[in-house]
Amino acid sequence: MLDAHPAPLVQVEDLKMYFPIYTGVLRTQTGNVKAVDGVSFQITAGQTLGLVGESGCGKSTVGRAMLRLYEPTAGRVLIDGEDVAKMAPEALRRKRPSMQMVFQDPQASLNPRMTLAGIVSEPMDEHTDWSREKKTERVYELMDQVGLNRRFVNRYPHEFSGGQRQRIGIARALALNPRFIVCDEPIAALDVSIQAQVVNLLEDLQEKLGLTYLFISHDLSMVRHLAQKVAVMYLGRIAELSPSRDLYARPLHPYAEALLSAVNEPDPVLAARRNRIILTGDVPSPANPPKGCNFCTRCPKVMDICRSVKPELAEVEPGRLVACHLYTTQADAGSAGATEAKERNQQGVSQ
Amino acid sequence: MAEPAAPVLEVRGLKTVFRTRGGEIHAVNDVSFHLEPGELLGVVGESGSGKSVTMMSLLRLLPSPPADIRSGQALLGGRDLLAMSDEELRAVRGAKVGFVFQDPMTSLNPVFTLGNQVMEPLIKHMGMNRAQAEARAIELLELVGIPDAKRRLYQYPHQFSGGMRQRVMIAIALACDPDVLIADEPTTALDVTIQAQILELVKELRRKLGMAIVWITHDLGVIAGIADRVMVMYGGQVVEQAPVRELFANPQHPYTRALLKTIPRITGARESRLKVIEGQPPILVEPLKACPFRARCEYRHAACDEANPARRAIDGAKIGHGHDVACHWQAPAKAEMANA
Ligand SMILES: Nc1ncnc2c1ncn2[C@@H]1O[C@H](COP(=O)(O)OP(=O)(O)OP(=O)(O)O)[C@@H](O)[C@H]1O
Ligand SMILES: Nc1ncnc2c1ncn2[C@@H]1O[C@H](COP(=O)(O)OP(=O)(O)OP(=O)(O)O)[C@@H](O)[C@H]1O
Ligand SMILES: [Mg+2]
Ligand SMILES: [Mg+2]
Repeated sequence: MLDAHPAPLVQVEDLKMYFPIYTGVLRTQTGNVKAVDGVSFQITAGQTLGLVGESGCGKSTVGRAMLRLYEPTAGRVLIDGEDVAKMAPEALRRKRPSMQMVFQDPQASLNPRMTLAGIVSEPMDEHTDWSREKKTERVYELMDQVGLNRRFVNRYPHEFSGGQRQRIGIARALALNPRFIVCDEPIAALDVSIQAQVVNLLEDLQEKLGLTYLFISHDLSMVRHLAQKVAVMYLGRIAELSPSRDLYARPLHPYAEALLSAVNEPDPVLAARRNRIILTGDVPSPANPPKGCNFCTRCPKVMDICRSVKPELAEVEPGRLVACHLYTTQADAGSAGATEAKERNQQGVSQ
Repeated sequence: MAEPAAPVLEVRGLKTVFRTRGGEIHAVNDVSFHLEPGELLGVVGESGSGKSVTMMSLLRLLPSPPADIRSGQALLGGRDLLAMSDEELRAVRGAKVGFVFQDPMTSLNPVFTLGNQVMEPLIKHMGMNRAQAEARAIELLELVGIPDAKRRLYQYPHQFSGGMRQRVMIAIALACDPDVLIADEPTTALDVTIQAQILELVKELRRKLGMAIVWITHDLGVIAGIADRVMVMYGGQVVEQAPVRELFANPQHPYTRALLKTIPRITGARESRLKVIEGQPPILVEPLKACPFRARCEYRHAACDEANPARRAIDGAKIGHGHDVACHWQAPAKAEMANA
């Protein structure tokens, strides 16, 4: 049954990333921010997993911990069969060219004292022995691909607009033809036409070179366009992981439902008539997550059990993983089929 | 339509040029617009079209050199921001005009706690003491949806997520109840539910305080939901300006029309390939002598190469008050379009 699926390029198992909280004059550690608290997913080679969710829920931290830009607290991150989370420094350095990240904050991730040419060719200096000409040629090629005018090649980051800077970051990530890219809000600062251009480029590269993406974005229509599967995160955990088509047609987790209902309608007449689910209740902090389900303080469908027992991510319909008691309590109460589904999930079926 | 109220902000003929090693960049060319009390003006346009530089020029926030404001006026309640002394201007910034920058990480100071940065304008402009400022800072952070605000006050910017930093910037901009809020891509890092919460907050502030707002964004969904009027920029100038419904229903400029066609939708069939506007924007190394959009325009004709079109009203209203466009081509009336 499992063999029918192409092998995953990326496998994340129970990834945790805690940041210590220090307080007092002596800076003693008094707790942890559980930014990522037990996240598991797989990405098939040549496919895109969308990662969406509330601001501050841990998406960027997942990306950074996966690529060892943070030292993960626990968990495994297999990329092409190798556990990046435990890799020794030299092996990690050699692995770097194959896994790249486009950063959310373009300004902060570009060295202000380097020109565009310097920024984009830096990874080539570090990891290749290409000639100067070859590097220059590659820089120009990348500039064309992301839609930056070749005349900008000797400009410094502050001489660009926000959207232009974003594209420098994308060009840099693509420089060494990586196999896996974490795209953290790669298109947020771009106008719709250039967004489309970048998304088309990501798709072309995927088709041609078989690239695999983790695509973090708040733009749900772009995620729908690009991703075969989507993981919806809430406060450090995955609430739902479903094929994109199913999720958009019928979200199962109440948070996923609220999120999709809030998408902006690009039409002022329709925008005036829409129905969004407005979430009320306290927004919890990852330093002090609620007991039970993380979403219980704001869930419109909350039940008693949600305030005491943490729901596990379980396959509630073929191919759809949901962490919600709405689906599992009924199952526990009777149907053996659902229990089976749960067991199957524990064996690691998440395709 | 009723006679418009006196504008809170009126910008006339703004021109900003950057002097660089490679020559001049004419980033903003003769931009004029106004803002009425309680009004929300949406600003959209191609990346690099001069949206941020326009707004930063108003408050003289660009370092000079290289930036050079060649001409223009920016009247705030009748007083010209571009002619004020630095000291007068400092009293305006943050107090009368709140500014949310496009890049939160660069405008937040990494070595100070966020609490410090939220409290500073309250102490400086509102005459609060530390305790009062702290209480108000917590209130402001809660208002923009940051949980656990009291503990968060003592954290540094790098300990916040991208969207949280953006919300802190919004809180700082709102701290002194400004008359005008200029928000440059303020919600790009926010998920749609928190974005909805921020948009509701903005609507409420307009109602309660009559705050007037300039909202720069690439998200036409946001524009459709909150703007009263929209200004479209291309090549450093205003190419179209209209009330929001009019703009979506009856776009005139070929750039606006192309832009509206490229919006991806969340419903309907998934497109195999997203639409783009072919070609590249102008690089503005000299003053415009012809239409900046002509190389990409499907309606290009002789006039487009000869002169840069001025803004003209299409509904008889005064420029900036009704629907105007800067284009040599006449879009067919809607009825004709339906027949075509
Ligand atoms: N270096 C750090 N030290 C302490 N806390 C951190 C650090 N980095 C992130 N956090 C916290 O971890 C949580 C998750 O942050 P993260 O940046 O992953 O969120 P996100 O989902 O990417 O949000 P956004 O959509 O706003 O970018 C937040 O509460 C944030 O404050
Ligand atoms: N310091 C500078 N030196 C030279 N050119 C600059 C400088 N700052 C901005 N520019 C140029 O001015 C033009 C306008 O930039 P601006 O930041 O206003 O664009 P924008 O419309 O805000 O774009 P975006 O949507 O990408 O943020 C761009 O072409 C940019 O490259
Ligand atoms: Mg993030
Ligand atoms: Mg900008």
